[in-house]
Amino acid sequence: MRDKTQLTRLETETVNAAKTRKPLYAARQKIFPKRASGNFRRFKWLVMTITLGIYYLTAWLHWDRGPFAPDQAVLLDLTNRRFYFFFIEIWPQEFFYVAGLLVMAGVGLFLITSAVGRAWCGYACPQTVWVDLFLVVERAIEGDRNARMKLDAGPWTARKLMLRVSKHAIWLVIGAATGGAWIFYFADAPTLVGELFTGTAAPVAYITIAVLTATTYTFGGLMREQVCTYMCPWPRIQAAMLDENSLTVTYNDWRGEPRSRHAKKVQASGQSVGDCVDCNACVAVCPMGIDIRDGQQLECITCALCIDACDGVMDKLGKERGLISYATLSDYNANMMLATAGGSSSINPSLVRTAVGTFSDQVAHFHIRKIFRPRTYVYMGLWSLIGLGLLYSLLTRDRLELNVLHDRNPQFVTLSDGSIRNGYSVKLLNMIPEPRTIVVTMQGLEGADMVVVGDDIPAGRSFAIPVEPDRLKTLKVFVRQPADQIHAPAQTFKFRAEDKASFESNEYAATFNAPEAAK
Amino acid sequence: MSDEHIDEVSGVSTTGHEWDGIRELNNPLPRWWVITFYVTIAWALVYTTAYPAWPMLTSATKGMLGYSSRKDVKNDLAAAEAAKGKYVAAIQAKSVSEILTDDALREFAVAAGAAAFKVNCTQCHGSGAQGSKGFPNLNDDDWLWGGSPDQIKQTITHGLRFASDPDTRLSEMPAFGDIITADQIAQVSAYVASLSGKVRDASLIQPGAKVFAENCVACHGDNAKGNREFGAPDLTDAIWLYGSGETAIAAQVRAPKQGVMPAWVGRLGEIKVKELAVYVHSLGGGE
Repeated sequence: MRDKTQLTRLETETVNAAKTRKPLYAARQKIFPKRASGNFRRFKWLVMTITLGIYYLTAWLHWDRGPFAPDQAVLLDLTNRRFYFFFIEIWPQEFFYVAGLLVMAGVGLFLITSAVGRAWCGYACPQTVWVDLFLVVERAIEGDRNARMKLDAGPWTARKLMLRVSKHAIWLVIGAATGGAWIFYFADAPTLVGELFTGTAAPVAYITIAVLTATTYTFGGLMREQVCTYMCPWPRIQAAMLDENSLTVTYNDWRGEPRSRHAKKVQASGQSVGDCVDCNACVAVCPMGIDIRDGQQLECITCALCIDACDGVMDKLGKERGLISYATLSDYNANMMLATAGGSSSINPSLVRTAVGTFSDQVAHFHIRKIFRPRTYVYMGLWSLIGLGLLYSLLTRDRLELNVLHDRNPQFVTLSDGSIRNGYSVKLLNMIPEPRTIVVTMQGLEGADMVVVGDDIPAGRSFAIPVEPDRLKTLKVFVRQPADQIHAPAQTFKFRAEDKASFESNEYAATFNAPEAAK
Repeated sequence: MSDEHIDEVSGVSTTGHEWDGIRELNNPLPRWWVITFYVTIAWALVYTTAYPAWPMLTSATKGMLGYSSRKDVKNDLAAAEAAKGKYVAAIQAKSVSEILTDDALREFAVAAGAAAFKVNCTQCHGSGAQGSKGFPNLNDDDWLWGGSPDQIKQTITHGLRFASDPDTRLSEMPAFGDIITADQIAQVSAYVASLSGKVRDASLIQPGAKVFAENCVACHGDNAKGNREFGAPDLTDAIWLYGSGETAIAAQVRAPKQGVMPAWVGRLGEIKVKELAVYVHSLGGGE
């Protein structure tokens, strides 16, 4: 018996029904940042000039190191495995200095972030600097925000095509210059520039330029804020570095809300009204396309251009600057408590002001003291400690090194007169760019002498040998001890290398092996 | 869409799918990500067409560029051979002594000889050329057949007591067990041992010297310093191929062991033999 009434409709939906299907991706919302002007913009121009100047010019600085070393101030000589930085020359085994600098950069970033928020992102990050540079080009060619938006929305005319082509062409030139400047750090810059234009440079040079041109053009011109929002890990990490005493770009809604475009009308109706006139100037200048009035958010790189924009508006309105300002969370919270009467009401900006309209003295303002707190002291201490350690290590490092490898196979050889011979690879490192004569001496091991293979140096307990500038010299040395002087199967003695001219010296403790039966 | 639902907490629209009151947020991928994803797929297709990739029944597709890692190795090897060319030619043209005077050439020959030594010589002479009982240590300064570069080369080229090479170094110590008495063997062993160390019974030395003078001086010489013409070892030094001490010496007098070394020139060729000679000479005992 079938009873159709028992069939019930199941309440379910397909996960991807045709009527509700949405695209797999979200198109990027185009951002047309308006040109800002003010103190922070001027500061950013300055930082941009300095950082770009350092990047493009450093490779061309000269530093005289004598005839045996390159005279480029900063050079990563990968072929010879040397790194030159002004008066410092680093060998591969001294790479820990670079690692130490990276640790310092990391701790320095913690310090800066805990003190003044994401200042790195806002001012010094290459992404920020290059996007700024690309925006300069974009504005110069297409005009400011409104002109660009109109152009973008408009149909493809000959003018639009011409503007777009020239913009992208200049971007590509900047990209190529970026990649081009990079490779000058890896070879003699004047020589390389000649080779580049005559087509005789190494293929890797052209490939590097091509790759960096592509990334600069894509990141700086096309992707811009998406690099920071989606690709960069710093926003996530740096957020963890912030605390309630860190300076961040803050919209002070305790004086700004309730915002109104018709303040006078609203005020006349008896309602309270804040300083924000909802002009959206802060949104228009934002290179990240966000509204700072929504509060602190992941996308905000704290470039402070919204502060400039808002300060300009406040000036025009005759109100105090700083509706958007660098503020700490603790100050902000204190002021919010004031404006909301301890959190009991909605924001009433009149609570933060006196009867004559100035700020009440209960309003908290940032004080420089807040930067100096245990957290930043710890970071500063750590940073200086590593720095001093590196500096000490750099100033006291050896420029004459001696390494000795004892032959293992065979450990010793019995000679026809019964004496025992051990072989050693003696490595002399002359780490300065000048030729030196190194005197190698044996200390200990009575009665023993040594000979250098392949050299006409008579057997003895000491020999002098020239070492080329900035090179490692490996010597095969045979040490021989008469049978009657051997008193243990393993005796220790020292090789000593000395530069008689500079009094630099280094020692290496070695072992001399003999058969058990020898004594 | 009119029925779009916005999540209150995150402010993000939902896909409209709901399970037990839980809605799925719609956080679409950025367009650049999706484009990159498609580009990687296209790249994979191009790459696997251009290079060997797709497995077939018996082999894999060859790829349109005709790349092959074996061909790469072959080219690398050819390039390495070409790079070695000028050294190899010089080694062929020069004698071993001449090679030793040229620093760059000597370094090359030592490296090449060391490699050849590891393959061909370590079986008897040991990986460090330290030898063992019956197999000479090549690091020391005691040479049965001479330690000059050209003598070493001669030994490697033609071998020792190697029957199939007419130019091989040849010598044979008689088994004195059949020629002199056991007492005389004990006496001469004591005498030989006394030349480089202590003996148990000093009274045997004097008669031993007489036995030595009668039987041994022809090859080992009046002063027992040996003779390289016959590969006769120096009996006064500290190096003993078949062991030191009277017992070992007596055993060698009675029924001597005689080592054989193959002639290598036929197998390795003139150039490798020269390289080996340079390497052996460089071990510290070369003359």
